Amino acid sequence: MTHTEGALPATGAAGVAWLLVALPLLGAAILLLGGKRTDKFGPALATGLSWAAFGVGAVVFFQLLGNDPEHRELHKLLFHWIPAGGFNLDAGILVDQLSVSFVLLVTFVGSLIHVYSLGYMAHDPDKRRFFAYLNLFVAAMLLLVLADSYLLLFVGWEGVGLASYLLIGFWNHNPAYATAANKAFVVNRVGDLGLSIAIMLMFVTFGGVDFASVEAGAPKASTGALTAIGLLLLLGACGKSAQFPLQSWLGDAMAGPTPVSALIHAATMVTAGVYLIVRSHVIFNLAPNAQLAVAIVGAITLMYGAVVGCAKDDIKKALAASTMSQIGYMMLAAGLGPVGYAFAILHLLTHGFFKAGMFLGAGSVMHGMNDNVDMRRFGNLSGAMKITWVTFGLGWLAIIGFPFLSGFYSKDHIIEAAFEGEGWRPWVFGGATMICAGITAFYMSRLFFLTFHGKKRWNDDAHPHESPLTMTVPMMVLAVGSAFLGAILWYAGFPAWLEPVVGTHEEAAGPVLPSLVISLLTLVLVAAGAALAWMRYWRDEVPVVAPKGSLLTQAARRDLYQDALNEGLFMRPGIHLTRSLVYGDSKVVDGGVSGLAALIGGTSSRLRRIQNGYARSYALTMLTGVVAILGLVWVMS
Amino acid sequence: MTPAVTTLVPAFEAVKVDYTAIAPILIVFGGSMVGVLVEAFAPRRSRHTTQVALTLVTLAAALGALLLWSRDNHAKTLGGSIVIDGPAVFLQGTLLVLSILGVLTMAEKWGGQDADAFTPMGAATPGSPQEAAAARAGFTTSEVFPLTLIAVGGMLLFPAAGDLITAFIALEVLSLPLYIMTGLARRRRLLSQEASLKYFLLGAFSSAFFLFGAALLFAYAGSLDFDKIASVTAAADPALEGLLVPGVLLVLIGLLFKVGAVPFHSWTPDAYQGAPTPVTGFMAACTKLAAFGAILRVAYVAFDGSRWDWRVEVIAVAILTMVVGSVLSVTQTDVKRLLAYSSVAHAGFILVGVLAFSRQGVQGVLFYLVAYGFTTIAAFAIVSMVRAGGPDGSVGSEASHLSQWAGLGKEHPVVAGVFAFLLLAFAGIPLTSGFTAKFAVFAPAVADGGRAGVTMAIVGVLCSAITGFVYVRLIVLMFFTEAGSDEVEVLVPSALTTVAVTVGTAATVLLGIAPGLVLSLADSASQFIR
Repeated sequence: MTHTEGALPATGAAGVAWLLVALPLLGAAILLLGGKRTDKFGPALATGLSWAAFGVGAVVFFQLLGNDPEHRELHKLLFHWIPAGGFNLDAGILVDQLSVSFVLLVTFVGSLIHVYSLGYMAHDPDKRRFFAYLNLFVAAMLLLVLADSYLLLFVGWEGVGLASYLLIGFWNHNPAYATAANKAFVVNRVGDLGLSIAIMLMFVTFGGVDFASVEAGAPKASTGALTAIGLLLLLGACGKSAQFPLQSWLGDAMAGPTPVSALIHAATMVTAGVYLIVRSHVIFNLAPNAQLAVAIVGAITLMYGAVVGCAKDDIKKALAASTMSQIGYMMLAAGLGPVGYAFAILHLLTHGFFKAGMFLGAGSVMHGMNDNVDMRRFGNLSGAMKITWVTFGLGWLAIIGFPFLSGFYSKDHIIEAAFEGEGWRPWVFGGATMICAGITAFYMSRLFFLTFHGKKRWNDDAHPHESPLTMTVPMMVLAVGSAFLGAILWYAGFPAWLEPVVGTHEEAAGPVLPSLVISLLTLVLVAAGAALAWMRYWRDEVPVVAPKGSLLTQAARRDLYQDALNEGLFMRPGIHLTRSLVYGDSKVVDGGVSGLAALIGGTSSRLRRIQNGYARSYALTMLTGVVAILGLVWVMS
Repeated sequence: MTPAVTTLVPAFEAVKVDYTAIAPILIVFGGSMVGVLVEAFAPRRSRHTTQVALTLVTLAAALGALLLWSRDNHAKTLGGSIVIDGPAVFLQGTLLVLSILGVLTMAEKWGGQDADAFTPMGAATPGSPQEAAAARAGFTTSEVFPLTLIAVGGMLLFPAAGDLITAFIALEVLSLPLYIMTGLARRRRLLSQEASLKYFLLGAFSSAFFLFGAALLFAYAGSLDFDKIASVTAAADPALEGLLVPGVLLVLIGLLFKVGAVPFHSWTPDAYQGAPTPVTGFMAACTKLAAFGAILRVAYVAFDGSRWDWRVEVIAVAILTMVVGSVLSVTQTDVKRLLAYSSVAHAGFILVGVLAFSRQGVQGVLFYLVAYGFTTIAAFAIVSMVRAGGPDGSVGSEASHLSQWAGLGKEHPVVAGVFAFLLLAFAGIPLTSGFTAKFAVFAPAVADGGRAGVTMAIVGVLCSAITGFVYVRLIVLMFFTEAGSDEVEVLVPSALTTVAVTVGTAATVLLGIAPGLVLSLADSASQFIR
């Protein structure tokens, strides 16, 4: 298998980039196999190894910076994995601008969350296991982004799924949490199925599954095949990134410990779908229909998440809905083609910081409020938890796109890019992104005001207090990122840095509206959304029990009836299929026996006397099979 | 003596026997005969130990002979009745290793006097006066070991058979002891006896199809030798065409029965559930291996020329097997039945590789059989460790109902963890042997199997997803569900079972992470002598 065209053999730090995966994996192994002996130093070791991985990542990053832009794609063959005759599968790692961006995000945010967890999980008797799973997650996620082939990516993909599953169900003494873990798993299987079939189709179409073969083979493949592969990849991405129609699991996944929600279900794993789409840009560029499907899925999820986010009273579920919606932005951007790839990744990175920061903030609030998550029971916490208030506030301003904070740079450009193109698309996609910017401002402000402002609504037994330093320091670091990362990346030329990977965007006609108009309109909508939230949730009295609300609110509280829909569409038919097959096995075959018995009379009754139980029906099944097979021969000749 | 007579009667030519090539088979059969004598004459107290030692030594000696002599001594011998070539040697070697593991699990005493899983007397239940009487009378449970050796001998012969008669004899030699062993379970006697009888009746039924097919093929080709049938097919006499395809299919049906392909699978769940668990593991791993060896040989040697006339039917069987096996596993409530249906689905996956009709296909099938064999023996060994509490603290019967496995992961994280890993391997999750194996059979099907190959591979992936759901549900049950009210204990295994589980699990890990060595072995062994 040839390595990536134009990729240089990795030397120096990039040559040992496998350490990125190996270090956290080692941590997970020591903690899991070491058992109780590692209880004392385990969490600290896991945290240290995670930081060590970040160190390696940083060195690799600076090595890439030292190369000129055309030579920043490094490849290292690790070993020949499956040498199966004509097909050879090699395992290797690919270090380029895209994967290094992810490596830095995953290791940095991941390490901060390790530190946070030292405080958050301090009193949990099982924290060694928790840190082992966290390390396992980091290792799998790094494998996912560093893989040089879709198959190795799939290994990481399953690995993060496993880790996520283990962590959602971490507090499995609560049956509801175990059910949530189960649901996440089942929904993800649907997505994984799409990805695995896509990988198989790649085999058929390109004769290989490494990125280089796919890149080389795509221009020669038929559009039909590329569209099929693209749609299946999209299905995979939808499962992992909680996009429509596979979004239902994310809200339930909030059952996991809050640091997990921050790391896996906000900053990193759920964005793997976006990575997959951007990494497969060659396929999507050549299959416009699949690309359009990506944009449509992104737009639908964007609005879905925004609507659901407006109605949730559970602080973590509201944040989950917002995550869904923000990933919708990224998906939509990725579906716009070369104009959007870089912005999708830019928004992914900034979102990773501000959303992780807000989740950690939510965890800090819960920590001080006896693990209560109902925002109607919070209110006016800004005095009691100053650090949490300020750090959360920066995240809030960043996500609503407050001028010159991170979200402003990443989101505004997506909106602008969505307005580019011809025909109906710019108006629909641009309109959706712009309106949702307003809704985002509303629901995020609602969340912020309900929690930190207005009148205090908590019970007397709650004694809100600030969290320990291990928890607040990571929040502060992330808050600084929420504020400035967007500007730094933008002025440092992040889109140009990604260009060698995702391709150049030829300047087309430009947006259908002037950029300035788009920016101003967006700002007006954001201000209006925030103001509305201020009126309803800060100025006015907020009832402690949720009012009945409009039909839309009721629907949004129940995730727009997604679960009912899933049950009707997928679960019921599945159950019926199994039941009818079992029924067929036990009833129809037996019935056939009695029917045939009448025909062949005495023979059957004699057989019945010799044989006991159901062996007769087994024999009949066999005979039917033989007759069918020979009948088929007869028919075919 | 007049000259006329000598011309009339052809000079008798003794068939040449290449003893080194068939040494492993001879050693195993010889060992089984010694085992029968031991059973008759050894004193009762030492019988169990003697039998176990004898069986293990025999199998190890056969393995040694295989590695020393037959490995490089590929030959047609006994007038073409036995063909020792790459696939035969590869499968025989695997078979011997797997049987050693199987015998280790069978020998487990769980603190009793004899092998615990087997009954000393047909009518006795554990702890009953009848059993005590049987023990006083000197009945023991060690006859299972010579029976195993005879079955192993048949299995060694099966993939090496060079004509239909030898294949049939091998089929019966491996089957008859298995019918008996299925009925030997010490607990749940009725279930075991019923399973044994069903297995026997249906096995006889399928043998009849095999024989009838052989008769049709003899009528067509004038010979039962595989290479003769192949050469006559190549000459293609249209007058007798009507005999060929039904003959081929009937022979294949007899073989497909043994691997549990749908619609010839109905015995599988009952026999797997009723048989003593160590026997189930042995049967699942080794019978499947031997029978697929035979299927490979007939499909690639004898019936290769006519394959366009019979492949559609077998493709239908393969698809049906994957779908029915995986879908029916969803509703199982008994862990042994669940594994039985999973074995049905696996038979379907392996058939996909067979139907690729390429060297890579053979390689994939060989690898799959190795991978599946190790995982299966370890899995059933673990099933035999999980017991319901017996009266007065004695060893109870197996807790095979799924509800009894709930919460097992909390009390016994290591056992449940290993079992969960084996289930993931069955599901084909990457980095386990199951993934490499599925890859190794689906990739050639896609590459060489044309549109049918692609279809089968897609169905295969879909069915893997269904079975994946089943296995993971079991994992969830073990780790994330509260234990039920039933008392369930996990027996502490002796060295015997520990070795079997450890080797099986280690192979599952190794073949997932670094399958290169076995894959290249399978590749170099994938050429049949015609």
